[in-house]
Amino acid sequence: MTNINISQANTTDQQVGWNREQMAQRCAQDIEDGSYVNLGIGIPEKVAKYVPDGREVIYHTENGLLGMGTAPSDTELDPDLINAGKKPVTAIPGASYFHHGDSFAMIRGNHIDVCVLGAMQVSSNGDLANWSTGAADAIPAVGGAMDLVAGVKTIYIITQHTTKTGAAKILPECTFPLTGQGVVSRIYSDLAVIDVTADGLVLTELAPGISFDYVQQRTGVVLINAL
Amino acid sequence: MIDKRVASCASAIAKINDGDTVMIGGFGEAGSPIELIHALIDHGAKNLTVINNNTGSGRVGLAALIENGQVAKMICSYPRTANSLVFPELYRSGKIELELVPQGTLAERIRAGGAGVPAFFTKTSVGTPLSEGKEQRNFDGEYYVMERSLKADFALIKAKQADRYGNLVFNKTARNFAPIMAMAATTTLVQTNEMVELGDIDPENVVTPGIFVNEIIEVTQPQQESALVSAGVIYPTPVELNTSEGAK
Repeated sequence: MTNINISQANTTDQQVGWNREQMAQRCAQDIEDGSYVNLGIGIPEKVAKYVPDGREVIYHTENGLLGMGTAPSDTELDPDLINAGKKPVTAIPGASYFHHGDSFAMIRGNHIDVCVLGAMQVSSNGDLANWSTGAADAIPAVGGAMDLVAGVKTIYIITQHTTKTGAAKILPECTFPLTGQGVVSRIYSDLAVIDVTADGLVLTELAPGISFDYVQQRTGVVLINAL
Repeated sequence: MIDKRVASCASAIAKINDGDTVMIGGFGEAGSPIELIHALIDHGAKNLTVINNNTGSGRVGLAALIENGQVAKMICSYPRTANSLVFPELYRSGKIELELVPQGTLAERIRAGGAGVPAFFTKTSVGTPLSEGKEQRNFDGEYYVMERSLKADFALIKAKQADRYGNLVFNKTARNFAPIMAMAATTTLVQTNEMVELGDIDPENVVTPGIFVNEIIEVTQPQQESALVSAGVIYPTPVELNTSEGAK
C-alpha cells in the first residue's frame, strides 16, 4: 500500500478524507515512469504536478500535442497552443504536434497508456457515465470522452465519492447515459481507492481517518475489503 | 501554371451555395479561419450544414454564422464553450439541428471521407446512446459500431504558411482538424498568415500537400476570436436603428 505524505493538511473542520489536491496526489503515485498520459479537465489536470520526481511522463492532449508542458507565462502565451480544455499551455522540448485524425488514432489504437477522468457515476463492472445527465433541456456535449475510454489502455477515475446531496455515485448500474461499458480500472475518491475487478469492486486503501464501513455506507454496491 | 492564390476571401467564398455542407477548421479559436467565416456571413449562403468540433464563442466567427441564421445543422462533438451564447438558445428553441459525434469518431469520419473510405468500425460509443440505430459487428470477440464517412462541398481552414501549389504548414495546436478537412472537401479554401515561394517549405515538412487545396488567401494579420469576444465585438456590426441624430 502506498503511504503518501499528504502535504496539505485538512484545512477545514468539515473536511473528511482527501481533498481535491490530495486525490490528484494519490492518483499521481500510480502514474509509471515512461507513460503516455491523457488527463481530463478538472481534478485530473492536477495529477501532473504530483507525479513523483524521477519519473518521465509524456502528456497527450487530444487536440494535437504530445509533450504538453505547464501553463505559459504571459510572454509564452499563444492562442494557437492550447489543451483540450481550450486553456493555454506550453510544449516541452521533444514535443510533437499532429492533426486530429492522428491524435485519435493514438487514442483509439491503444497507444496511450493512462487516461484520468472525472465521473458522474461508475458501476460495479466499470461502466462510466461522465458526459450527460440525460436531462431533456441539456445541450448534449461529449467531446473525446467516449474515444478515450474505448481506446486508452488504463482508465483511472478521480471523483468525489458521493454527489453534493450525498447520493452514491458508485452504483450497481449507471442511471445516466454511458460513456463506455466496463472501461474503468480504478477509482480514486475522496474516501478510498477502489479497484474494478472481475470479482467486483475491491477497496484497497482508505483516506486517513476513514473506516471501511464509512465508505461502504456511501457506496451503492457491496465492496470487497482488501485491507 | 498552377497558382491557387486568389485576391480576397469574398471571391473564394462566392461559390458556396445554399444547402452546402461546409467543414470549418479549428478547435475553439485555435485554427479558426475567422476572416473566411466572416466572408461567408457577408456572402449569405443559407441552410448550410456545418462541421466543426464546437459551435463558436461570443458573437463572432462560427457563432456569428449560426446567429445569422445560415446554419440549419451542426455536426460537432462539443457544442458548448465558456462563451457559448448563440447555439444553446437556437437549439433549445428547435431552430437548429445537432448531430452529436464523439470527437475521435468525428475526426475519423472526416479522414475516411478524404481517403475514399465510405464507412469504418470503431469501439467508441458502443453501449452508449450515440450508437443507437447504428450497425454493430463483432470482430475478434469485441463489438464495434459502424460509422459513415463525412465529406463536404467546402472546407474553410487556416494555415501558418502556404505556397502557390497549396502546400501548407500550420501553427502548433491550430492544426487540429485542418489537414483532414482539406482532404474531405470537394473545394478547400485556405486563409494563410503568410505566402511563401515554392521550395521555401522543405518537402519533408509539408503537412498538407497542395493536392488537397484549391484556393488560398493571404491574411497576414488575422483577428483573434478571444480578443474580439472579450471586446464584445458583434459580427456583422449591428446597424444603428436610430439615425435621427445625424450620426453620419
